[in-house]
Order: sequence, then structure tokens, then C-alpha cells
Amino acid sequence: MTTETVRLSEVTKSYGKQNAVKDVSCALREGETVALVGHNGAGKTTLIKLMLGLVRPSAGKVSVLGEDPAAGEFAARRRLGFLPENVSFNMALTGRETLRFYARLKRVPLAAVSLLLDRVGLTEAADRRVGTYSKGMRQRLGLSQALLGEPRVLLFDEPTTGLDPALRSSFYRIVRELRDKGATVLLSSHALNELEGKADRVIIVDRGIRIADGSIDELRNIARLPTRIRVRLADGAADWPEGWVNAHPWRRINGQTLEIDARPEDKVMLLRSAADAGTVADMDVLPPTLDELYAHFLAQKEAAR
Amino acid sequence: MKNVLTVAGKEIQEGLRNRWVLATTVLLAALALTLTFLGSAPTGNVGAKPLDVVIVSLSSLTIFLVPLIALLIAHDAIVGEAERGTLLLLLSYPVGRWQVILGKFVGHLAILAVATIVGYGAAAVALAATGVAIGIQSWLAFLSMILSSILLGAVFVSLGYLVSALAGERGTAGGIAIGIWLLFVLIYDMAMLGLLVVDQGRIITAGLLNVLLLLNPTDVYRLLNIGSGGAGAVSGMGGIAQNFALSPAALAAALVAWTLLPLTAAALVFSRREL
Repeated sequence: MTTETVRLSEVTKSYGKQNAVKDVSCALREGETVALVGHNGAGKTTLIKLMLGLVRPSAGKVSVLGEDPAAGEFAARRRLGFLPENVSFNMALTGRETLRFYARLKRVPLAAVSLLLDRVGLTEAADRRVGTYSKGMRQRLGLSQALLGEPRVLLFDEPTTGLDPALRSSFYRIVRELRDKGATVLLSSHALNELEGKADRVIIVDRGIRIADGSIDELRNIARLPTRIRVRLADGAADWPEGWVNAHPWRRINGQTLEIDARPEDKVMLLRSAADAGTVADMDVLPPTLDELYAHFLAQKEAAR
Repeated sequence: MKNVLTVAGKEIQEGLRNRWVLATTVLLAALALTLTFLGSAPTGNVGAKPLDVVIVSLSSLTIFLVPLIALLIAHDAIVGEAERGTLLLLLSYPVGRWQVILGKFVGHLAILAVATIVGYGAAAVALAATGVAIGIQSWLAFLSMILSSILLGAVFVSLGYLVSALAGERGTAGGIAIGIWLLFVLIYDMAMLGLLVVDQGRIITAGLLNVLLLLNPTDVYRLLNIGSGGAGAVSGMGGIAQNFALSPAALAAALVAWTLLPLTAAALVFSRREL
């Protein structure tokens, strides 16, 4: 389970004076789903292009399945699946013709084409022109070509933009199946909250620099973001704020509702106090969201600058 | 090699689907038939063989039309795919960039070849069907005209790829392609004519003129088809061609060189292009 599939060693890629990626090192392993998170223009797509060998690093070394992807060797590329951001196809060909073309290039038996179209739910539309497809259908066709040849490494660039919730969940189901078979799946995204529970590991990049790397729980522990506890007061509770609230930062949401920031170690104690206090009518616990976590790491980076 | 054929097959499939093949074939056939029957009317009985007259008319048509069609198909090949986003996906596959260019070349040339053979062939068949006697010499000249027309198309497909590999935007590529067409088809010959008139044979010797003609693929094509034989007599190009030292084989070789050089340059530029 710990075999490395992708390794970046001190990789820098600059366009002119602009560093799109700066000194990034990381390793991806088999059976791992990794989320690559960052703003638009943070260097996510450049990192993926480096892994694909479409751009050469200005400095450092990229290795994918034991090969330098930019060296012009194709053995590794046959075990690689890629779904570009805003995937597009020639409008004049049908979905089946398009997929057959890509299968030929990847030396995949053409029998796989029908199975894959079925897997992404495009069987009925397979013989229609891609020009007639909706955005979601094009994305599914994009997914099916990435799955050709049972790849060991899958690179998905913003895979779920423009997908409706049903398609999104079927997309993540396929990602789970791939991971269970031992593939490395890299998902790039700027919407972290969607990835909750889907990624084993999160890599946050900002302006070409890797600023955080770890499982979501690890990142939560590092960030030490407060859990927000929202309490609604019973009618007629006059003597607020009581002592157990005052020890923590809190704010009033409206007349009846307070929001208290609890540090990780204070959380249980605070909840117990709230439950014991007769003045609390209702209570909600809001753990820090991934978006807040992301914002925290970005702000920390900004402060260190 | 299999990759080259796969890419070529996709180009042909696309050409059939978006009716490029149909449109160019119909266009060439319609113009060829028109020229054959209208164009032969004024010759009357001057002793020119009918098919030779057709060769002269079709060669002139080819010089205008085939480079234009070739550039239209080719100028979009790389920059267009890059702009539509299909190139990124294609190059992530186990296929070399030179295979992509070569595959497109084979596919586009096949489209042009079908259009030329069917379109011009229709004219010849129609002429033969009217019952005029056509000698074997004329048929051979006609066949060589069709083959060299395809070769001329190959030259401009290659030039189109070079433009497409260099240009950053589709609009730029289109503009440069039109410029190339204007230069080789119209401006070059006019400029050379002006130069010859002004020079009065002082600097520009016959040898230098040969070189100048070789530097324009459409002139090479013209010399190849209407400079010799029966067609030369009809066209009035025979005079120039007699002073021309190069054999038809050498002229054909010049066209092949005009194809290979831009194609190689396009492959080199494309291999360095970053996405």
C-alpha cells in the first residue's frame, strides 16, 4: 500500500519571472486519494501538467510511475488517466467514436469502450454527436476517457465543476472504487468543503508554494481552529452572559442565540456546562469546515510573509 | 506508426463529418467542369488538343484554389486545438508530438487528394464522354497535373502547420495564412515581373531567374505543368520554360522539399511549444 506512484522533488516551474510552482516536493502513494487545493492560479494546473510531462520543470525532478514524464517515454502514460479542467472534444464526432480514438492511442482493446460508456451512464447518448451533449455529459465522457486502461494514477483537474449533485456523488463513487483498487487519485479543487470525507490527504498550495500537507484531521489539529457552539436561550433567561460562557470568546447572533468559540481542549467541558445550565433551550455544534481550515492556512501564510 | 494512422483516421473522419471533404470535392468538380466546357469554346480549331487546354485552365485554377483550401484546413490544426482545449488532453496520451503533426498531415492530405482526384477526374471523364479523341500523351500530362496539384496542396498544408505551431491565437494564424496565400499566389509574381521590367536583364540573369522561380512553390508548379509539351504551346509559358534548366523530376523534387522543410520546422516548433 505504500508504493510511491508520483514524486516531485524540489520542483520549480517559472514562466518568465513568474514562478508558477516554487520548490514543491511531495510524494503520492498507491491507494491514496489526494486533494490538491488552492485558489485559481495557485499552481494546481501547472503541478498536474508537470506530472503529465506537458511542461518541463525549470528546476527539480518529476517522476511518475518510475519515469520522467517529459522524457518522451510512453510506458507510464498508458497507466495514467487525466481529466482536464473544462474538458472539450471535437463536436463533430460521436461519444463512442471519440472514446474509440483515445482507446486506440492508449492501446486499450476497443471492447472496453462500451463498458466504460455504460459505467459513466452514456450508453444511450453514445452514438450522438458530442456537440449535442450537455456540460455534464461531456464531463462524463471526459471521465470515461480518463478511466481507459485501468490507470494506476488519475489526475482530475477540477472534476466536479458544473456537475449536478447526483452526478457528483456518482463521480465520487467511481473515485472510491478506483482507490480501493489501489490507484492514486489526485483531485484538484478550489472548493474544499465538497471534499470532506472524500480525500485521505489534502495538499494546499498558494502562489506556487505548498503550504500544508496532511490528512484532514491532521490539518485540523495543526490549525487548532475553534469549534463553534451555538446555543439558543430559553425564554426569560435574563442574567446573561453566565460565567461559563465568559471564559470564551462569544458573540450574539440575535436576541436569543449566542455563538461561542471553543478551543479543541475546552470543547467537551463547555458542552457539559451548557447542558447543565438550565437556561439553554437548544444547542448546535459546528466543527471548523474545510473552507475555514483552508482560509486559516492562507491567512497564516500571509502573516508569515 | 499506428499512432500516426490513428490520428490521420480521426482527421479524415472529422473531415467527412463536418463536410470538408464534400465541400472541397464539389467545389473543385464544379469549377473544373465549368472550365472544361466553357474554356474550350474559344479555342475553336487552332490545333490545340482539348485535354491540353483543360490542363492549362485547371492548373491556373489549382494555383489559386488548392493553396487556399490547404491553408484553410491546416492553419487551425494546432493553435485551434490548443484554443479549444482538445490538444491538452491529446498530448497527455502516449502519443508523440511529431506523430500528431504527421498524422494530421496524412489525414489532411488524404482529404485534399480525394477532392482533387474526384473533382478534376470528373472533368476529364466528362470530356472523354463527349467523344473527343485524347492521346495517351495528354492523359499522362493530365495525371501528372493531378499528382502535382496534390503535391502543391501538401506544400501549403505544411506551411499552414508551421503558421499554426507558431501562432499564439487562431486569429493570428488565419491572418498569416491569408498573407502567405497573397504573397505566393499574387504578390510574388507581380513583384518579379516588375523587377524584370525595371532590370532589363542587367542583373537578373537566367540562372538567377531560375532560383527566384524555385523560391515560390506555385511557380514551380506552374513550370511543371504548363511549361512543356502541348500545354506549354497553349499557355505561352513555353518560352520561359525553354530557358529553364531544370527537368520535371527536379521541379517535383523542389515541391517535395517545399513540403518537407516547413513540415519539419512545424514539428520542431510544436515540440517546444508549452501548453
